[in-house]
Amino acid sequence: MIVRISGEDQYRLADDQAARLNELEHAVIDVVEGGREDGFAQAYGALLDYVRENGTPVADDDLESSDVILPPADLTFAEAGEEFTGEGLIPD
Amino acid sequence: MAGLTGRMSTVVKAKVSKLLDRAEDPAETLDYSYQKQVEQLQNVKKGIADVMTAKKRLQMQETSLQQSVVKLDTQARQALSSGHEDLARTALERKNVAQTELQSLDKQVGELEDQQQKLTDSEQKLRAKIEAFRTKKEVIKAQYSAAEAQVRISEAANGVGEQMADVGLAMQRAIDKTENMKARADAVSELEAAGTFEDLTAVGSGEDDIDRQLKQLSSQPEVDDELAKMKGEIGTGSESSAAQISAGAQGGADQQAPSGGSAGASGESGQQ
Repeated sequence: MIVRISGEDQYRLADDQAARLNELEHAVIDVVEGGREDGFAQAYGALLDYVRENGTPVADDDLESSDVILPPADLTFAEAGEEFTGEGLIPD
Repeated sequence: MAGLTGRMSTVVKAKVSKLLDRAEDPAETLDYSYQKQVEQLQNVKKGIADVMTAKKRLQMQETSLQQSVVKLDTQARQALSSGHEDLARTALERKNVAQTELQSLDKQVGELEDQQQKLTDSEQKLRAKIEAFRTKKEVIKAQYSAAEAQVRISEAANGVGEQMADVGLAMQRAIDKTENMKARADAVSELEAAGTFEDLTAVGSGEDDIDRQLKQLSSQPEVDDELAKMKGEIGTGSESSAAQISAGAQGGADQQAPSGGSAGASGESGQQ
């Protein structure tokens, strides 16, 4: 499975690491939906760190597409909220 | 995956497929894709240049504010030692505002530097992928039947397209931030143009709009502390004599103080 962190790199993760990735993402969603802004940076940072620490960077000249694309590390709490309410990080 | 990642992936994929929709003939698709990629690379370079320009502008403002801080500090000292506490206070209020702006500019310059670095890294990745695509497209043209070529082109172009979409997103974020900073920088420029950080000899009698705004902007306790500290360094005496100083009663240093009692323009004549 290839995961891209937008604005950074693509990482190759083992398929059995997807479950943990899902858990971490749900933790972020809980924080955002619960309006707990002070917990956001930590929760989102944990998700990104998991990818950075467990993934192997994909070579720059590798033309494979990502299975998952994570928003950039400087995503704000407000932007994360918009991801759920329709406006989205990049307007369609 | 739902939520954050799902939406992000959908948006990027939609952008990539738009890039690929244009041509139907595989060879045409290849050349069209490559041409678009090279164009996009030029845009990225322009984007990086814009970020650098914005950074330079902020750095120039920093230099100018640093000079203002030094100048206002000197003026505050001169005013205090010639017995014009009001004038010294005004100078310190302005210095305080200039310092606050300076800190904010410093942070913004740092952010722009980060962004410039990230964009440069992304540009290198995009360049490597475009180069890989160029090699691959010749192989595809030479080796595969039209139907199979279509699939392989699509795979390769998706890989480049995703990187392009991602660089595009990073650029958009950088430009948005730069716009916000520009608005702030313009506000500082207006303050400068209004003479906020400039020559105190131009301060007229009484309180003008700028002074009122400054008092709101600058943190009063900090100004009080600094004034007290400066008094201690200069040795202008005890608190009880401070009132006399500001009232202009201690005329030794400056005989030309206006009778109006305000620390006005002519109060600075001694330092010309």
